[in-house]
Amino acid sequence: MSNDSTIHVHEGAVEHGVHHDGDGHHHHKQSFVSKYIFSQDHKTIAKQFLITGMAWAIVGAMFSIIFRLQIGYPDQTFPFLETFLGKWAKGGKIDPEFYYAAVTMHGTIMVFFVLTAGLSGTFANLLIPLQIGARDMASPFLNMLSYWFFFLASIIMVSSLFLSTGAHSGGWTTYPPLSALHEASSGSKRGVDFWLVSMAMFIVSQLMGGLNYVSTILNMRTKGMSMTRLPLTIWALFFTAVLGILSFPVLLSAAILLLFDRNLGTSFYLSDIYVAGQILPNEGGSPILYQHLFWFLGHPEVYIVILPTMGMVSEIMSINSRKPIFGYMAMVGSLFAICILALLVWAHHMFVSGMNPFLGGVFVLLTLLIAIPSAIKVFNWLTTIWRGNIRFTPAMLFCIGFVSIFISGGLTGIWMGNSTIDIHIHDTYFIIAHFHLVMGVAAFLGMFAGIYHWFPKMFGRYLNNTLGYIHFWVTLTGAYLIFWPMHYMGLAGVPRRYLDFSLWTSFNKFDSLNKMISIVTIIVFFVNLMFVFNFFYSIFKGRKVRTTNPWDATTLEWTTPINPGHGNWVGEIPEVHRWAYDYGKDGRDFIAQTEPVKPGETGH
Amino acid sequence: MDIVSAQQDNKVHPHKFILWVAIASIIMMFAGLTSAYIVKSGQANWQDVRLPNTFWYSTAVLLISSLTIQVAYRAIKQREMTQYRSLLIVTLVLGIAFVVLQGIGFSWLWAHGVHFDGAGAGQFLYILFGLHALHVVGGIIALIIIILKQYTGKTRSYNTVQAEVMSTYWHFVDFLWLYLLVFFVWIGK
Repeated sequence: MSNDSTIHVHEGAVEHGVHHDGDGHHHHKQSFVSKYIFSQDHKTIAKQFLITGMAWAIVGAMFSIIFRLQIGYPDQTFPFLETFLGKWAKGGKIDPEFYYAAVTMHGTIMVFFVLTAGLSGTFANLLIPLQIGARDMASPFLNMLSYWFFFLASIIMVSSLFLSTGAHSGGWTTYPPLSALHEASSGSKRGVDFWLVSMAMFIVSQLMGGLNYVSTILNMRTKGMSMTRLPLTIWALFFTAVLGILSFPVLLSAAILLLFDRNLGTSFYLSDIYVAGQILPNEGGSPILYQHLFWFLGHPEVYIVILPTMGMVSEIMSINSRKPIFGYMAMVGSLFAICILALLVWAHHMFVSGMNPFLGGVFVLLTLLIAIPSAIKVFNWLTTIWRGNIRFTPAMLFCIGFVSIFISGGLTGIWMGNSTIDIHIHDTYFIIAHFHLVMGVAAFLGMFAGIYHWFPKMFGRYLNNTLGYIHFWVTLTGAYLIFWPMHYMGLAGVPRRYLDFSLWTSFNKFDSLNKMISIVTIIVFFVNLMFVFNFFYSIFKGRKVRTTNPWDATTLEWTTPINPGHGNWVGEIPEVHRWAYDYGKDGRDFIAQTEPVKPGETGH
Repeated sequence: MDIVSAQQDNKVHPHKFILWVAIASIIMMFAGLTSAYIVKSGQANWQDVRLPNTFWYSTAVLLISSLTIQVAYRAIKQREMTQYRSLLIVTLVLGIAFVVLQGIGFSWLWAHGVHFDGAGAGQFLYILFGLHALHVVGGIIALIIIILKQYTGKTRSYNTVQAEVMSTYWHFVDFLWLYLLVFFVWIGK
């Protein structure tokens, strides 16, 4: 680690408002705990989020293997499942209660713990200070707390898997009354309380992170870094954080009310219920109220998942096409439009909840409006790579895969955004296909692109390219093979969340299709395990990065040392003179943001 | 931390900005709960709740504490540290008094038949006022830390940012309380 250097300003000796850049740094030994565990360095916190997120991704994917085995082979037994799951898979046959816990946990883990914390947590922490030219976040301490609250949430969620009554099994949306009544099912006993408390910790973590991201971006940019010179990654992470700050607190309110309903006898969501042979005293509650509160977060949540990857894809595509991003302001504008619309369309998840059809019409209109900024973004990505001098690095391939999947998955959004069509396909495999492609797989591909691209910045080494190419092609092909056929199943009316279709003769024609999907799922799972191997192997044994700017990029993170210490830059923070996308300008391959504009040179 | 505060002048201090964003986020949580209140008040068997007088006393206490912390902030700007410290302690005592009064109000309500069961404004009252009191407790903890630092720190700090962040937050919980009170008096009646 010869490149390590640490900026250390003497504590207590600094009066606020005095510039101490550069004159207080010296080599400085930190203890293992303060450097790798309770670290306040944004880069270390990013790695902590990433590795925790990867651990969660493996757990979440294993759940999908378990329930795909059940859906693909409902009449077979798998004795090895009993070895691992014990009473939940007696004789190698998955217990129905466990099946529901598995799908619930798969959703919760993937949406929140992997694609929110693992994705935003990693790249917001890594890229915001590095790309805007700041030594660290606005509050490094709050940032550290953000990770540890996430860790605490993770511990609680993991422990819920080991409860004797099983983990929460009412679906990741946790709709009452199923989730509110202990009597409703075995998974609605302690499992839901663990889920709610874990989610409360998770929300606190996201809020602490989001506060930091927003105030860092708005307040701590280096000299010359105006908002319109920011790389699109930062814009995307900014809107993500704003969405999180505005919508996660509402989920917290929903969770608090649900906890009261469950444990203290209030009836916010409960009314006139007859369950397990007895009449409950609850009256005057409304389960639809929960749906409103939940989806007020739940819908922005899908943009919280996808926006960061949109930003990273824009950045990586421009770098690897050696061309400026097409329509920078249109990209920012469409991010903004998506951010606003995201907060106004939640009720399109509730078209069949008995809402007023005229109100539904308003939500249809607002929902379909999202097609416009999304289409602008897709158009701009395609025009960015159009006639570019493309470098097909693994990161670039994942970006192209992202755009492909985003188109395929996004177009079906127009179908289900129409309330009339949605009534037919609601709660079928069509929905599963849509959101897995457009926010699940697309976000994963964008996340992989980010990992392959910024791995050299994180660890000073490259990931293995050959394994990267195998990873990409198998994952992309696999994603299409798994989710494309589900559209047809959904249109044929196959409902989601069922564990065995053998009683429905009309669905028997999908038996071999289900088997195929299950086999592909298992293959993709193992290829992604290979990526995990590549990741950890490359941290220690990967090819070393020899130059500070391995991808010939313009942005500030590549002006730091190969292994930057806490404080990022040795000496002064560089000043910024131009936007982030001067590629192929004036006969030069690229011009770094730190290079002053020459006299007579045109700005972008 | 000092890496950060030493970095840039002539912009809003990052910690102040963080507070403003945090306030936006807290507002969203209470907005979520009060809209839930409005939705649910349209359902069957809705019952209003009568507020005990204790809540008016606690309102007065919180308003006065807002005044004292504002004067404290002015004191530190003029570097009158003794006045600053004593006013912080007065604010702390008033803050604790507020939480105690809220507790008394809760027990009065409970004794007068406002429980968790059934339908009505009472359940919302416990949650909204309770969450608000938790935010006041958060402020009290921050106040205690600031006061302890004033008396134990080796170096004297004339840093006004901390005092400003503290007083802004305190005014915010004050306004939040007024909002909740107006909400219950105006919509609940």
